[in-house]
Amino acid sequence: MNDETEFESGVVKRLMFVNRKAPHGTIYALEVLEMILISAAFDQDVHLAFLDDGVFQIVKGQDPSALEIKNFAKTYRALEGYDIEKLYVDQESLEERGLSADDLLVDVEVIGRDAMTELIDTMDVVFSA
Amino acid sequence: MPALHTVNKSPFERDALTACLARAAEGSTILLIEDGVTAALAGTRHAPTLTAAAGRFSLAVLGPDLAARGLAGRPLVPGVKVVDYDGFVDLAADSSTVVSWL
Amino acid sequence: MAYQVNGSEIEHDEEGYLTDLSQWNEELAEMIAKTEDIEMSEEHWEVVNFLREYYDEYQIAPAVRVLTKAVGKKLGPEKGNNKYLYELFPYGPAKQACKIAGLPKPTGCV
Repeated sequence: MNDETEFESGVVKRLMFVNRKAPHGTIYALEVLEMILISAAFDQDVHLAFLDDGVFQIVKGQDPSALEIKNFAKTYRALEGYDIEKLYVDQESLEERGLSADDLLVDVEVIGRDAMTELIDTMDVVFSA
Repeated sequence: MPALHTVNKSPFERDALTACLARAAEGSTILLIEDGVTAALAGTRHAPTLTAAAGRFSLAVLGPDLAARGLAGRPLVPGVKVVDYDGFVDLAADSSTVVSWL
Repeated sequence: MAYQVNGSEIEHDEEGYLTDLSQWNEELAEMIAKTEDIEMSEEHWEVVNFLREYYDEYQIAPAVRVLTKAVGKKLGPEKGNNKYLYELFPYGPAKQACKIAGLPKPTGCV
């Protein structure tokens, strides 16, 4: 395949990646991030949701260098360049963990649990980890 | 069409079920699979969680996963329907989307 | 598989991407470029350096669409377009320039 992979069918689906795991302890966060980057090539309506420990994925100031893990937290900041700009964070999950939107390294929309429920329910495809 | 939510972790080990119940829209189907089937058992510490959710959701558990764990004959939380693999496929096919909680 | 630079061996994968990107240097870049039939000009270096900065900031090699847009933003629209970038790197700016820059293959490139 060449550099310019395009999805020809023209059907745009509402796609959501739901992140529920903290980064670094398992491979889930990084794997989902790679899926997100790949999905950007297919011109779909991509949404990201960060729930539960998933909110830790986008906390500022991560430095996994001592673990010899790539600091992929920086990559979330590249998503805007990939036209992935619909990022949602579960308000209760933030609060339960003593965090606020100011602690996050990307611009997100913080929404309550009911709004999250509604949003997930409107998706055509949901990938979660 | 309602969504199908699957939960594959035991509530004794992870919070996948709680997380699912908090975010699934009313009227959705919740299907317990793999180690998630332990949540369907009546009389356990976590049974009240599912009992409380029975009014809002349609609840199901995957029979082969109960059987594999020697739990097939045990009493389940009222309202939980046992489905086989074909039933799983039907549930997925009849859903607007499938969300896995793991 | 390895590149030979000044008597030292620098490992690469089967497609020529560096295994350890911290081993990159400009001499090596010139050498990889040669294996790609590219003579490095100032314009080539501008893109390669841009990619290295992009990687440093975001920890990924950008897809070509993203690279084009980002180059346009940084270096101007006369450079942020496919024609300009493909003239410099005929086999694909993302793939080829990333290889020269010592970066991994862009995510999403199969």
